[in-house]
Amino acid sequence: MTKSILLVGVGGQGTILASKLLTIGLGQEGYDVKMSEIHGMSQRGGSVTTQIRYGDKVNAPVIGPGEADLIVSFEEEETYRWMKYLKPDGKVVLNKFRIPSSPILTGEETYPEGLIDEIKAKVETTVIPASAEAEKLGSPQSMNIVLLGALVKAMGLTDIDWEKIMAENTKAAFLEKNMQAFRVGLEYLS
Amino acid sequence: MKELMTGNEAIARGVYEAGITFAAAYPGTPSTEILETLAGRYKDDLDSEWSVNEKVAVESAIGYSFVGGRSFSAMKQVGMNVAADPLFSFAYTGANGGFVVVTADEPGIHSSQTEQDNRFYAGMMNIPMLEPADGQECKDMVIEGIRISEKYRTPVMIRMTTRICHSKSFVELGERTEVPKREYKRDIWQYTTMPAVSKKLRHEILERLKVLADESANSKYNYAVMNDGAKIGVVTSGISYQYAKDALGDKASYFKVGFSFPVPFEKIREFTEKFDKVYVIEESEPYLEFQLRTKGINCIGREVFPQEGELSTSIIKEKVLGIKSETIDLDTGKIKERPPVFCAGCPHRGLFYELGRRAKNGKIFISGDIGCYGIAPLPPFSATDTVLCMGESVSGGHGAAKAFEHYGTDMKAVSVLGDSTFFHSGMTGLLDIVYNNSRDLVIIMDNRTTGMTGHQNNPGTGYTARGENAPAADITAIVKALGVKNVRTINPLDLQEVGATLDWGLALEEPGVIITRWPCALKKFTEDDLQEFDVTRHLYQMDKEKCIGCKMCTKTACPALRFDTEAKKAWIYEPSCVGCGICAQVCPKDAIVKVK
Repeated sequence: MTKSILLVGVGGQGTILASKLLTIGLGQEGYDVKMSEIHGMSQRGGSVTTQIRYGDKVNAPVIGPGEADLIVSFEEEETYRWMKYLKPDGKVVLNKFRIPSSPILTGEETYPEGLIDEIKAKVETTVIPASAEAEKLGSPQSMNIVLLGALVKAMGLTDIDWEKIMAENTKAAFLEKNMQAFRVGLEYLS
Repeated sequence: MKELMTGNEAIARGVYEAGITFAAAYPGTPSTEILETLAGRYKDDLDSEWSVNEKVAVESAIGYSFVGGRSFSAMKQVGMNVAADPLFSFAYTGANGGFVVVTADEPGIHSSQTEQDNRFYAGMMNIPMLEPADGQECKDMVIEGIRISEKYRTPVMIRMTTRICHSKSFVELGERTEVPKREYKRDIWQYTTMPAVSKKLRHEILERLKVLADESANSKYNYAVMNDGAKIGVVTSGISYQYAKDALGDKASYFKVGFSFPVPFEKIREFTEKFDKVYVIEESEPYLEFQLRTKGINCIGREVFPQEGELSTSIIKEKVLGIKSETIDLDTGKIKERPPVFCAGCPHRGLFYELGRRAKNGKIFISGDIGCYGIAPLPPFSATDTVLCMGESVSGGHGAAKAFEHYGTDMKAVSVLGDSTFFHSGMTGLLDIVYNNSRDLVIIMDNRTTGMTGHQNNPGTGYTARGENAPAADITAIVKALGVKNVRTINPLDLQEVGATLDWGLALEEPGVIITRWPCALKKFTEDDLQEFDVTRHLYQMDKEKCIGCKMCTKTACPALRFDTEAKKAWIYEPSCVGCGICAQVCPKDAIVKVK
């Protein structure tokens, strides 16, 4: 059975590193894996997604509406934008963090309120202040690793040796902080 | 050994394994990482170059092939328009050393100007085309492409799409084949396109097509996947094959077309005759559908599937089986589009801020170009009127200036483009401006790299694709050599300097050039950058007492700025601020202060 994970956020938030580590882990565990992302224009602060599908044999690398088992969102409004892609019984892990789009910055629009409550009312949702947690660790760029930890727990992938994967694929100087961030994420899900 | 690779990485692996020794390309989403991988991972195995544009890239590879070496080029779909001229003629002369060219199309237009389907080029050029559906096929088809190219002396095209380029899947690695250079013999009846020669070659191309049709008919990349009891027949290619399999599973049988020009008609006919209903599932234009219809093969295509945007598993499920995926539908009207923005510290911000202010009077026509500054037409800058294709800003600005002059219109034409775009095809337009004397003001935003595609070197950076030192092209000297007398170079982070120089340039009644020179904020700075620019990361903070909530700073659309709607004060999100100081310069109350 193919599982589908949709990572959503704003260009520049680090969805690509998190998905890279995830696919390496899934591959080592023996899954067939496909991963898809969009480069270019949208990376400049636009809405971005990274899509990961794994199972015995995966065909399409892209997740369609109603197909994701899990959405991991790096930004509040982006969670809402991509909810259509979640299965009705799927789960959401979201970073309690707002990045105002330029129309909001310039005052043409206001940041919409109450989005998280609406999402919570529909599906099992875990809200993590991942950006704040990473800043607390003195490593704001580890926000994506906090979310990776939560993702691993949500998908029941804790048996994979993530420390080894991180040691082999991230900068040695960040390893300790990244592992701390990873454990913070793990613990947010029961 | 298996490795998880993007389609682009797999193409590069194929280039390596095929024994290709020369690759040339110009960056363009979604094709960029092909040459990046060649110039990185396979740096020492072959000669890989960033060319100034796609035409130059293909011509370099053609010359390499003529004299007997195996060569390769890759580009995005619109890049092929630029390279089409040499490719059409190369189809006539044919290759000596094997030659493969990749076109990376963009159904869905994620980062492009058009949704063009370059499969039609193969038919128009009469060259064989392969269409991979995953990473493994990407790799294998380069090797197969080189075999076909050398056997039939023809250029070979590989057609990818965004989801093939940027999706990862497992690829089985093989060894590299090293081959000696083929012999080159001078033969003007083969390698020139004098009309008498072209007539002969034209005939040969058509003869060649007949044998290529046999090659396609027998290709292992054109095959049927039969499912017992399946009532639906599907003819498909590329990524659409993957969507179709997920959507229809064993309810359908599939004919997967991997060698898609010439089309293997008889094999497809044999397949389709087994079904009452045959769907052609493909993205963009109805390429296969047209082809099948010319041979009287009945199929359902564009009357049910969309001709715009990307296909998906759910679209196919809905159109073929009538099953709509269950979704969670929230009130998406609540959230607005999130347009891309200039990054914090982007050197384009200052220029467009000042240019946009001046354009508010409606008397400036700003001809834009391809690059990150393709978002300058949007608010809050509203500082570009048109965007078309690489280099058009310059020649289009020239045309507009001529029209204003002819009709006595009180408007000034301005062209804006980046350094790499200027090298690509802005230089020729600028020569034209000088030669035909127009009043266009050209602004070249030199951010010391090819920014939007992810920081590739170009002739101005001082480094080659493989990171070796190269002479850095001097834009000022080039502009002067083209004959422009009015040239100024400025720091785009200094708004006063930007404003004063714009006023100077806008008042010129002859050709003028302004060069803004500051490195892209996301660039990995070189030694030269560090010597020339103060790129130390500064930090600015808001003095909340002084802030009056006027939102002047947020009108620079910097992603590091925030506005607290309750306190009615702006503030700076420190992890995002790189300290360019633009917001501090626009603040009327000096509330934004440098703290580091």
